[in-house]
Amino acid sequence: MLQDLYAETIKDHNKSPRNFHIMPDATRDVEGYNPLCGDKLKLFVKLDGDIVKDISFVGAGCAISTASASLMTEAVKGKSRAEAMQLMERFHDLLTTEKPAPANLGKLAVFSGVREFPARVKCATLAWHTLKSALTGASEAVSTE
Amino acid sequence: MPLTATSPQPCVPSGLPREQFPVLSQRVHGKPLVYLDNAATTQKPQCVIDAMNQFYQADNSNIHRGVHELSERSTRHYEEARVKLQRFLNAPDWREIIFVRGVTEGINLVAYTYGRRHVQAGDEIVISAMEHHSNIVPWQILCEEKQAVLRIAPINERGELLLDEYEKLLNPRTKLVSMVHVSNALGTVNPVAEITRIAHQHGVPVFIDGAQAVAHMQVDVQQFDCDFYSLSGHKMFGPTGIGVLYGKAGLLNKMPPYQGGGDMIRSVSFAKTTYNDLPYKFEAGTPNIAGTIGLGAAVDYINGIGIDRIQEYEHDLLAYGTAQLESIPGLRLIGTAREKASVLSFVLEGVHPHDVGTILDREGVAVRTGHHCAQPVLEWFGVPATTRASLAFYNTKQDIDALVAGIYKVKEIFG
Repeated sequence: MLQDLYAETIKDHNKSPRNFHIMPDATRDVEGYNPLCGDKLKLFVKLDGDIVKDISFVGAGCAISTASASLMTEAVKGKSRAEAMQLMERFHDLLTTEKPAPANLGKLAVFSGVREFPARVKCATLAWHTLKSALTGASEAVSTE
Repeated sequence: MPLTATSPQPCVPSGLPREQFPVLSQRVHGKPLVYLDNAATTQKPQCVIDAMNQFYQADNSNIHRGVHELSERSTRHYEEARVKLQRFLNAPDWREIIFVRGVTEGINLVAYTYGRRHVQAGDEIVISAMEHHSNIVPWQILCEEKQAVLRIAPINERGELLLDEYEKLLNPRTKLVSMVHVSNALGTVNPVAEITRIAHQHGVPVFIDGAQAVAHMQVDVQQFDCDFYSLSGHKMFGPTGIGVLYGKAGLLNKMPPYQGGGDMIRSVSFAKTTYNDLPYKFEAGTPNIAGTIGLGAAVDYINGIGIDRIQEYEHDLLAYGTAQLESIPGLRLIGTAREKASVLSFVLEGVHPHDVGTILDREGVAVRTGHHCAQPVLEWFGVPATTRASLAFYNTKQDIDALVAGIYKVKEIFG
């Protein structure tokens, strides 16, 4: 259902993305790119030891990719690397499996509607792949292809 | 009744155009399919599908070698298709029609053979700012290898080639001009005869990428006087994986082969191999025989309707679509050339094309979203992507109305 894909929370975060700014003193910044649709984002992460102390992004993309990046920054701020990666696993399951929505997803559960739109899964995961790269130390730009 | 061997049935259209295309009769997400992605690929009429089935069911054999009945039949149908394509492009000689996979292979063939032989360090190749990646990347590869320079003829804000600026780029170091006939991202129809005339004044040969032109307008390579012209079958109601490279015999004869293998040789010994004559010199290996026969059937089909009638009908449909889209608040057409064909590329304020495409799909309307393999020209227009509706003669005003209704649905969802 289109209403499930474009839930109010997603439309809100698309229109007014949170943590949408560059971060000059970031520990790491990584670019993510979806060549299929041209979505581009740059993610900034400030690490305090193992903790994501601050996170932000800039870029241009579709509603799903922008809202996903915005909600992701809210969801992982204050979390450890391991916690952030576990959240990514659960988020990925939400989008790609038939299983009931994993627990503890919080606001991210709003993306459950994406499952019905396989062509849009990459839009929702672009920010997360970019985060993974930022947290695991890969320095190349991330591409969904 | 057992199948009997026959010549492929001539593809003669009858009835309403869309009824002849099996794909178009389906429903998508519960809505009648409105197919507006013809610049990506066109649908196939039943008679093209039948011609290919007929080949596999009754005639299948390799060509140019067997003495048996099936091989003679396959060879005849394959070569008949070549003559159909020769007439379709109004090429002077059937030997100038080389079957390739599509325009991409046509461009690569010329880049690897003509380009490698004639382009030296410091030489220049001229393309336009509105090219598809397939008419950019092969030349970049060549230029990198040869330390040559790729020059880009600019366009104006409508998406029209600036002929004066183009002419200024031509100089004694220019070895080739390669330009698109109709832009896939903008719909601009380039003045290919004029482009060629200007290049020839400087002694420079011209390649024209006809992928987006052949289903929509008359192509006459003798009138254009271009040196090469290439088309893709699947963009003109034929199958995928087959296309044509037309080249003037004088140039083709001087070019080295593209690929080595069977059929492209006259005799082979370990000491020396002599190459076959045109067009076989450029057709190594067993070709796409069924595809070629399907493409020949597509030419019959287009001729049966009349390319002039198609052009006239689509001209009106495009004008209608342009007016309808321009009436939508917040919509901006990308590509507003005075001479346009088939393409309605647009951006909608505040909504990313990918979201537009998903919502239209749920309304049964198939469009393309993204950069259309023409990133540089979209960058020039300052947009990362567009939504593109592209027409064929089987589309109707009702299809445009469904598109417009879908766009209002997008606006409703995104408020």
